[in-house]
Amino acid sequence: MSTEQQSASNPEQLRRVVIDPVTRVEGHGKVTLLLDEDNHVKQARLHIVEFRGFERFIQGRPYWELPLLVQRLCGICPVSHHLAAGKAIDQLVGVDQLTPSADKLRRLLHFGQVLQSHALHFYYLASPDLLFGFDSAMSKRNILGLLEDYPDLALQGIKLRKFGQEVIRMVTGKRIHGSGAIPGGMNKSLTVEERDYLLKDVDDAINWSQAGVKLASDIHLADAAFNNTFASIESGFMSLVGSGGELELYHGGLRGTDRAGNSVFDHFDYRHYHDIIHEEVKPWTYMKFPFFVPLGMDDGWYRVGPLARINLCDVITTPAAEQARFAFKNQAGHEAGAAVQSSLAFHWARMIEILHCAESIKTLLHDPDLLGNDLVVTGEKQLEGIGVIEAPRGTLFHHYEINEDDIVVKANLIVSTTSNNQAMNESVRQVAARYLDGQQLTEGLLNYIEVAIRAYDPCLSCATHALGKMPLQVELLDADGQLLHRLVKNSQGEVRE
Amino acid sequence: MKTNSISIDGQQITFREGQTIIQAALEAGIYIPYLCYHPDFEAHGSCKVCTVRVNGSHCSACTTFASDGQVVDNHCEDLNSSRRAITQMLFVEGNHLCPSCEKSGDCELQALGYYLKLFGSHFPHLFPHREVDATHPHILLDRDRCIFCELCVRASREVDQKNVFAISGRGIDSELVVNSPSGTLLDSGLDVNDKAAHVCPVGAILIKNQAFQVPIGQRKYDKNRIDDADLIEVKHDHIDS
Repeated sequence: MSTEQQSASNPEQLRRVVIDPVTRVEGHGKVTLLLDEDNHVKQARLHIVEFRGFERFIQGRPYWELPLLVQRLCGICPVSHHLAAGKAIDQLVGVDQLTPSADKLRRLLHFGQVLQSHALHFYYLASPDLLFGFDSAMSKRNILGLLEDYPDLALQGIKLRKFGQEVIRMVTGKRIHGSGAIPGGMNKSLTVEERDYLLKDVDDAINWSQAGVKLASDIHLADAAFNNTFASIESGFMSLVGSGGELELYHGGLRGTDRAGNSVFDHFDYRHYHDIIHEEVKPWTYMKFPFFVPLGMDDGWYRVGPLARINLCDVITTPAAEQARFAFKNQAGHEAGAAVQSSLAFHWARMIEILHCAESIKTLLHDPDLLGNDLVVTGEKQLEGIGVIEAPRGTLFHHYEINEDDIVVKANLIVSTTSNNQAMNESVRQVAARYLDGQQLTEGLLNYIEVAIRAYDPCLSCATHALGKMPLQVELLDADGQLLHRLVKNSQGEVRE
Repeated sequence: MKTNSISIDGQQITFREGQTIIQAALEAGIYIPYLCYHPDFEAHGSCKVCTVRVNGSHCSACTTFASDGQVVDNHCEDLNSSRRAITQMLFVEGNHLCPSCEKSGDCELQALGYYLKLFGSHFPHLFPHREVDATHPHILLDRDRCIFCELCVRASREVDQKNVFAISGRGIDSELVVNSPSGTLLDSGLDVNDKAAHVCPVGAILIKNQAFQVPIGQRKYDKNRIDDADLIEVKHDHIDS
């Protein structure tokens, strides 16, 4: 902490610097590689060296603050945390079933959220890699480069994201960090004006989404051999599904498969999630490693997110997205019915979900329940609540216990990216083994690792979403753990040794 | 000749005998920022946010009686700068986490911050450790947000006749205490209909199970800035009643 003068004559003009403490700032990923004597990669680790501590500091707060408090975990998909906490506190006030209006408002909100988050990731962050090449000039590999070379596409992405954000704003009052979910329901419905405002652009949003699906699939299929092997790993999957096995983002039962595609559990009541999912802690990262209990720690890791959802669902309830799902699952060279394991196929799956969201938003906007005023249900207070939702990045668990005075005494959050922790590590290792093995490290090679990590759209933090400026440190160690070579890329995108 | 008038920032207004400067100003639709003042209670003069310059001297507008011919400076940069610093100190001396506070949008401290263009806390946060008292079935006491205006103390003493609240300790160690055998609200006799349960200008004393029911856009200070005439008129009507 420094105070520049003891008694300055113009204190408000002066800069006050407070370092209290220097934190492990969110969003820093570190990759370490272990090599044998022949420079073959023997171990690759993605370290998450940030620590947020939400599970601890929400203890002692009244439960009704949770949806507003925990949404501050993130600025990209706060609505997911808002709604997962909202579902948990519904249980705390003894409510199992919302009114149709409240349920549909939450679903509308969530569709808007998934749409804008996916649009942000695909158009702003991932597409520059896909369109310009993984090791293209760094100055080009960003949204500005995209605007220069593909202006129509870039503008579509920007407008699509804006539409999703406007859906969020109409429901919660703000594009980011609004208020909506309250115990047992929602705090407002849509006015006719708000609904009509969204209806005005919804057909465009569907068209842009369809173009996005085509772009993602065209890119993938243009070099299917590469795209199906890059960072590709064999894993199990998990997601919510609806009662009929349909793609479900807001509420449903858990479906899990092993890496061979066999069912581990299906339509599982998520309130008993602890019977099927445990988390392993490793000393070198703050992120835990969840696994399916029946398969054990070594074999029970799995993937979540768009790829898991599109793989696991039997059908999508909106027609254009269902058509896209069918094309995805029946792509040339792919065994019919098998899960798509390609990590880069996350992008294609993500765009199918965008289309589903846009179609679903249109359907909901024509539903009169959105204008209804029956918004809250009450019940008998309970001391434990578990809310689960399919966030843009995958299945998200919020689990709270409160005391008789309404104060949170225990919290457990399994955030989507955590479920992909082992898979991201595996993908990094695969890329490292294939492209970095014995090589002199370059910025282009660094980006290969980023591309693998980025496919998962991880929320290591918001910095991951910083236009190819993901702070990364890659270290080459020999078999004795001695540092051979290190490259560091800071948050400004500058690479130094 | 006696005119019963004063000048505030060059505007002549009249006052009634026995009125303080802030009462006369609010009645005339002129906003003087304040936190511990409340028309229902005797002036407290502790927060100093309503400090004005009267004939060249600094005074609290809530405790200084209006007097014929006074020349009052209210909205000027040096006074607002001091008010801003006082408000910043209130923010850093407590734990005011507006993003998750249910009083956000209805909070006088937050609204005052916006009015004074307070864009940062300037001073280092002290992060005091203060207890939440959630023992009452209908009322929550969150000491993190207390600004020591003593409105609850005054309301409980003067209106509710209960003396539930008091300020204990000195300086930075001050805290709002509860007068009950257990020291908690549970056996304090505080009732959900008491004036003291509803008078808090910030989010320290709250009625349970009402959080976030008012959507963003419809909260008190979403619609009006704290100095807006509509809000001043509400106070004015209140004084007359």
